[in-house]
Amino acid sequence: MAGNAVVTEAGLKTKLIEQLQAIHVEIEDMSGGCGQAFSAIIVSPQFEKKTTLMRHRLVNKVLKDEIAAIHAWTPKCSTPEQWEQQKAEGREPVAPGKDTTGEVVTGTTA
Amino acid sequence: MFTRPVLSSAFRQAARPAPTFAFASKFTNTRTSFSPFVRYLSQETRQAIDKAVGSTPVVLFMKGTPETPQCGFSRASIQILGLQGVDPKKFSAFNVLEDDDLRQGIKEFSEWPTIPQLYVDKEFVGGCDILMAMHQNGELAKLLEEKKVLVPAEAEAAEASP
Repeated sequence: MAGNAVVTEAGLKTKLIEQLQAIHVEIEDMSGGCGQAFSAIIVSPQFEKKTTLMRHRLVNKVLKDEIAAIHAWTPKCSTPEQWEQQKAEGREPVAPGKDTTGEVVTGTTA
Repeated sequence: MFTRPVLSSAFRQAARPAPTFAFASKFTNTRTSFSPFVRYLSQETRQAIDKAVGSTPVVLFMKGTPETPQCGFSRASIQILGLQGVDPKKFSAFNVLEDDDLRQGIKEFSEWPTIPQLYVDKEFVGGCDILMAMHQNGELAKLLEEKKVLVPAEAEAAEASP
């Protein structure tokens, strides 16, 4: 990906589904319009038996170029089993920024 | 009068009472090709980061300083470390906005694309999300206690009493 290409929710989603066999992906643009900040819920069997750090590293690897191009990236990674359990208990993770009134993260680029 | 050497572009430590470490001159004459996308971590930068990581038991690489963070994620991380009661004597923060070699280098060093980044006992713990999750599920308190980097209980009591 070229460094100046625009990062989109759909683009991120496609990559995660293709490369991590993610069964559920929710991407939320929480930049308030500038396209610099995203949060995500990612459910993939590849997270099985991995620590949070290792899961994030896996996602970071897949989205290396995209993450370099944006300012903020907030993933939440679950295994399918955890995801089912979270849903059953009624505490599904919500992508930060989803229900806010467009809270904007201040700061500079990555 | 300002006594800081003009060329000292090195990591300036952002922590409060912490001593100033002499990182200077490591970065003054090693600026090689300036490509924002592909940059290889030079030996000097790696050594300087290695030293920074080991400077205190708890090290945060952040945007801005603990007093004036320049990014919401860095601010959140500082707040979490404060809430946990990390001993300021065992903590230092490095402002990546003051040094571009550090800013790019730390990402490669940790193989982690974003800032802030937390190290405890020279070991990479994670960024803001991981810190937040560990803060909420109690893992962070456990880790910090194990590593003995919290303000001692008696000191805290002494501070609290008038």
